[in-house]
Amino acid sequence: MQPMLDLSHVGYTYHTTAGETIALEDISFTVEKGEFVAIVGPSGCGKSTLLNIITGLLPLDTGSCLIEGVPSHQKKNSIGYMLQKDHLLEWRSIYRNLTLGLEIQKQLTEDAKIRISNMLRDYGLYEFRNSYPRELSGGMRQRAALIRTLALSPSILLLDEPFSALDSQTRLNVADDIGSIIKRQGITAILVTHDLEEAISMSDRVLVLSARPGRLIASHKIRLSITDRTPRSSRNAPEFRDYFNEIWEEINDVSHEDQE
Amino acid sequence: MSATKTRNETISASHAAFLRKQKLDKLQIRLFQWMIFVLFLVAWEVTADLHIINSFIFCSPSILASCFLEMLENGSLFQHIGITMLETLAGFTIVIIGSILIAILLWWNPKLSRILEPYMVVLNSLPKSALAPILIVWLGANYKTIIVCAISVAVFGSILNIYTGFVTVEADKLKLIKTLGGSRLDCLRLVVIPASMENILSVMKVNIGLCLVGVIIGEFLAARSGLGYLIIYGSQVFKMDWVLLSIILLCIIAMLLYTGLQRIERMWKY
Repeated sequence: MQPMLDLSHVGYTYHTTAGETIALEDISFTVEKGEFVAIVGPSGCGKSTLLNIITGLLPLDTGSCLIEGVPSHQKKNSIGYMLQKDHLLEWRSIYRNLTLGLEIQKQLTEDAKIRISNMLRDYGLYEFRNSYPRELSGGMRQRAALIRTLALSPSILLLDEPFSALDSQTRLNVADDIGSIIKRQGITAILVTHDLEEAISMSDRVLVLSARPGRLIASHKIRLSITDRTPRSSRNAPEFRDYFNEIWEEINDVSHEDQE
Repeated sequence: MSATKTRNETISASHAAFLRKQKLDKLQIRLFQWMIFVLFLVAWEVTADLHIINSFIFCSPSILASCFLEMLENGSLFQHIGITMLETLAGFTIVIIGSILIAILLWWNPKLSRILEPYMVVLNSLPKSALAPILIVWLGANYKTIIVCAISVAVFGSILNIYTGFVTVEADKLKLIKTLGGSRLDCLRLVVIPASMENILSVMKVNIGLCLVGVIIGEFLAARSGLGYLIIYGSQVFKMDWVLLSIILLCIIAMLLYTGLQRIERMWKY
């Protein structure tokens, strides 16, 4: 079967007056439909650059990036992007924030409105539809941001450290919440994070990037011997620590090499 | 949910005492504010009546009052106020619309904004009253000079402030619009302008005062009527009551324009 996302030999170089920085080098991987892949690596390893390339916000330097067999820059609207902060627009009600993408793409039909209302009900935000973002808690805001993204029915959801702006308590709850929604809907997702526990607990596969220039150094299929896997329950799986230690060493080995 | 009690709930004795004290403080402040005003008027009137100060130069509240009534009767008062207000509002409208449009242009084209930056900085720091005599030569001694004078005082700072507001909108919010498939126009219309509304309103509050300054400078040099003209003419013919009355009226006009904008600002806040 054709993979949902197919990256081969992707590289990217930033140019500044001070010189050029190779951010990514020879990255190749595929993501299957419905798979949840996490990308981890030391800070500055080009994780966000990679997402920007997949969305088509950055032009491709070398290599190719195919979504369902089509170059990603020709399929811009099939990608949903969740940023570090929810970025709900403070001057719009929750409902009008959620219709933002549909409004931009001029697809705000009656059907779409019903779909949004249903999503609001499903995700417990219906009674807040006329509230403004500042009246919602951090977790609810992030959930609203997820609905805003899902309203466009993207084929792939990209999550760029979507929980890093939340405090550690809320963070676990929101990760659990968002993770369950994504699994339930069978959405193909790529999560970028520097939090290894978050990566292992949420994903089916963890890709490890090295420090700059970012190269793919390992890929771990996460197999946990628990039933009813949720992000929260995953943390209690016996294998969880092993994955954590292994990935942790990989990241740190590579960064040490670079320092020498 | 917060633990703040709303007004219709029963309040404790200590909270009632707190509210009472707050009310009393407010009353006290108002009282002293009025006292200063009344004492000033009384002292002014008494010293003038007793010839401690020369009422020909310093005028007195009673002379001002009769001057006010006289000008009210012959209608010249409203003519002067009207002209000054009209010129100020005309200049202000042009400044606001013009500077929003130019700020949009600069935001849209970052290269253009970099090219024009040094010019904007120089024009903004130039003391604009220096331009007034040239304007008279170019445009003649008429209302056009006065309005352009008002515009020149306010417009450069206004453009810079609005533009700065535009470019400091969170980059990630623009990224969001792009990831939702939006164009640069969508960024402008959905994020940049709404996010800048508060800033634009505060720029407007500053500018209404600056436009009034510009109009008075213009009227000093190039007018046959208006409060600025009345001040300059009054001081030349030693009609100090005209001068002082005009200054007082300017205070009132400035305050009214400012509070008017403040009211609009409050209406805007969601």
